[in-house]
Amino acid sequence: MKMNQDKLTAPPVETELKLSDEKIKLQVNDLKLYYGDALALKSVNMTIPEKRVTAFIGPSGCGKSTLLRCFNRMNDLVDICRIEGQILMDGQNIYDPKIDVAELRRQVGMVFQKPNPFPKSIYENVAYGLRLQGVKDKRILDEVVETSLKGAALWNEVKDRLHDNAFGLSGGQQQRLVIARAIAIEPEVLLLDEPASALDPISTLKIEELIYELKDKYTIVIVTHNMQQAARVSDYTAFMYMGDLIEFDATNKMFTNPSQQQTEDYITGRFG
Amino acid sequence: MKSLFGVRAWFRSGTPWIWLNAGAIALCLVMVVGVLGLIVVRGGSHFWPADLQQTEWTPESGQKKVIMGELVRAETVSAVMLRESGATVPAELEAVTRYLVKVGNRDVYGRDFSWYMDYEITGWTVPEGAIALERRERGNFYGFPLKLSEGDKLIAEGVAMWPELLQRVERANAIFQQMKDIEKNDISRINNQIEELRLAERRLVLDQVSQAEMAEFKAQAAAENKILNDEYEVIQQKLDQLRAESNRDSLVVRSAEGREVTVSLANIVNAYAPNDMSVWQKTKHYVAGIGNFLTEEPREANTEGGIFPAIFGTVTMVILMAIIVTPFGVLAAIYLREYAKQGPLLKIIRISVYNLAGVPSIVYGVFGLGFFVYIMGGSIDQLFYPEALPSPTFGTPGLFWASLTLALLTLPVVIVSTEEGLSRIPSTIRMGSLALGATKSETLWKVVVPLATPAMMTGLILAVARAAGEVAPLMLVGVVKLAPTLPIDGNFPFIHLDQKIMHLGFHVFDVGFQSPNVEASRPLLYATALVLVLLIVVLNMAAIYMRNRLREKYRSDTD
Repeated sequence: MKMNQDKLTAPPVETELKLSDEKIKLQVNDLKLYYGDALALKSVNMTIPEKRVTAFIGPSGCGKSTLLRCFNRMNDLVDICRIEGQILMDGQNIYDPKIDVAELRRQVGMVFQKPNPFPKSIYENVAYGLRLQGVKDKRILDEVVETSLKGAALWNEVKDRLHDNAFGLSGGQQQRLVIARAIAIEPEVLLLDEPASALDPISTLKIEELIYELKDKYTIVIVTHNMQQAARVSDYTAFMYMGDLIEFDATNKMFTNPSQQQTEDYITGRFG
Repeated sequence: MKSLFGVRAWFRSGTPWIWLNAGAIALCLVMVVGVLGLIVVRGGSHFWPADLQQTEWTPESGQKKVIMGELVRAETVSAVMLRESGATVPAELEAVTRYLVKVGNRDVYGRDFSWYMDYEITGWTVPEGAIALERRERGNFYGFPLKLSEGDKLIAEGVAMWPELLQRVERANAIFQQMKDIEKNDISRINNQIEELRLAERRLVLDQVSQAEMAEFKAQAAAENKILNDEYEVIQQKLDQLRAESNRDSLVVRSAEGREVTVSLANIVNAYAPNDMSVWQKTKHYVAGIGNFLTEEPREANTEGGIFPAIFGTVTMVILMAIIVTPFGVLAAIYLREYAKQGPLLKIIRISVYNLAGVPSIVYGVFGLGFFVYIMGGSIDQLFYPEALPSPTFGTPGLFWASLTLALLTLPVVIVSTEEGLSRIPSTIRMGSLALGATKSETLWKVVVPLATPAMMTGLILAVARAAGEVAPLMLVGVVKLAPTLPIDGNFPFIHLDQKIMHLGFHVFDVGFQSPNVEASRPLLYATALVLVLLIVVLNMAAIYMRNRLREKYRSDTD
């Protein structure tokens, strides 16, 4: 990916953001992650501010997706994966053995790279999380489905065919459906793992607009390969390289005046 | 460059491969069509009412005789071979055409199929007025009707009797049906109740109840027995009356060579005059014949009549097998794929399961007999049916054990297909569910298993196809040559899992190789084989239809 620093559009922020002013939602303390014997994350320390969009950028294999998956403990599903260190959410260590992982994942929603709706109707996809929690009241379900689909900017397109199979939707619609499904259970944090990389430019634009709207209510962490996207949607950006967190700062500053040479090289396309 | 236009170019273009592949599929098609065509032609032609042909036969002894019957087939054999086997063939002949004729009239001739050499007979004619009587006993009768009488009273003679005869045959058949219904329902119910009383008494003896209680029960049982016996008497009287009714009419027929035989109408299933029938009438008769074949019980050691109990037994057994094997196989596959720790032990288990599919089926039969029937069935009898001992209830081959053995036989197929189905579910879908706070088992049952149902159906289709066609193990665990009572009836508990059943595959074997009358049963063999094939096709189509509907429902863009 080649691009010029001065061609990047600045994020629409009026006042300059400073990490020290933010309320902290997630705090990563000395996190090390091993795949078998290989060290994939080398002692990461960072803080994720509340109700902001934080973007992770870096070349392939740098560990940004791995770090993202640590926040809702998706790495637990990998047998050979081992984690040291802490992640605190509102001061509570999510790797505490007493933590209910299912409960954690209800608070930390996740959207994957490829749209993965369930083989059910649009309605049932959105209602899935609520049904898991035992909600049976049709009125509540109807209401949540509607607000979630509106929240994901999908309502107008699907309101007449809520009971059709979700696979009938286009890729971009499916991805917004998956976001609606995630926000239906009102998580506090939303993790987006390259949410637009499998989509066409128009769908990508819609997803980006959606992220911009969602940040009023949710703490959003997004992994992206697309640096323009990071620049457009995020408030803060973390640059990772080879399992290390190289630099983490307000997006504006990162893209205009990075403090690390490596960051500048990557952003200006000298490697990666 | 020159070679580009020669044989080498032709090879390099890949054309020979296309021809080879197309040839292979053509060969497959030829074989399938050939097999189906053979059984359709051989089995289907049996029901067509063939003309009765007549000829004059002069055997070596010189006694001229008129014979009549259905021409089954003609073949040409060398005279040398016939001479070697003891026949006196005229010296000038080198090859002889001989005819196999179904002459019927077993009570007159002793056998109903005979060979005739063409030098011994004059030409074939089709005599008018000849009739065929399909009888309940002693096979078909071919001849000419003479007199129809009711008791001693003459009703009609000659050709004029025909409508009257048909009407009276119908009446006799209705009475016969009524008698059969009484035997099947009322008498079997009374027998059941009497047996229940005997067992209840035996149970009390085994429980060692007090003398007083015993005496009380005996008095009560005796009273009930008496009621049942009285009821039985009444029914028996009614049966006797019906029997006499059905024997009221009789028909005198003359066989081709002039013997007069009296046939009671109670013994006639069907009377028809093939030589005087139009093509339309013959077609009607043909369709009715196929209908009867599918809905009636076999007669005369399976050489005549229908195959309904075999169809019913096969379907019941296969359905029961499907009900047993599906949950078992699916649960086992889910454990193997989703929960078991992947390692060498699991690998060994999986290989063992896969190899079970290759174990010869007779081995399963032996295992079913030794373990299911004798050990499990024997224990069930000891525990739950001690009063019936020494006659076994479940400790003997029967429907349930046959289904269970087949379920074991087809278990690997279901496990393998289900496992493959589970492994094909994209992991992103599982992740999606887990990320919404679902536990592993919630994800499994709400998302993964529904998605894998088409694969489970595929397994079930393969299992059903294999089970319906299996014969060898069934001979050991519950299928018998003749069991006209169906495993489902009106007596409690309605499905009799301990009952022996008939099975189409075994019926084919029995009719084909154990029959006392080979020529008579030959067409039935093909017809039964055809029904078996069609039944498997129907079962498969039903399952495929269900699978396709499921696929449509769970259509996924990853497919």
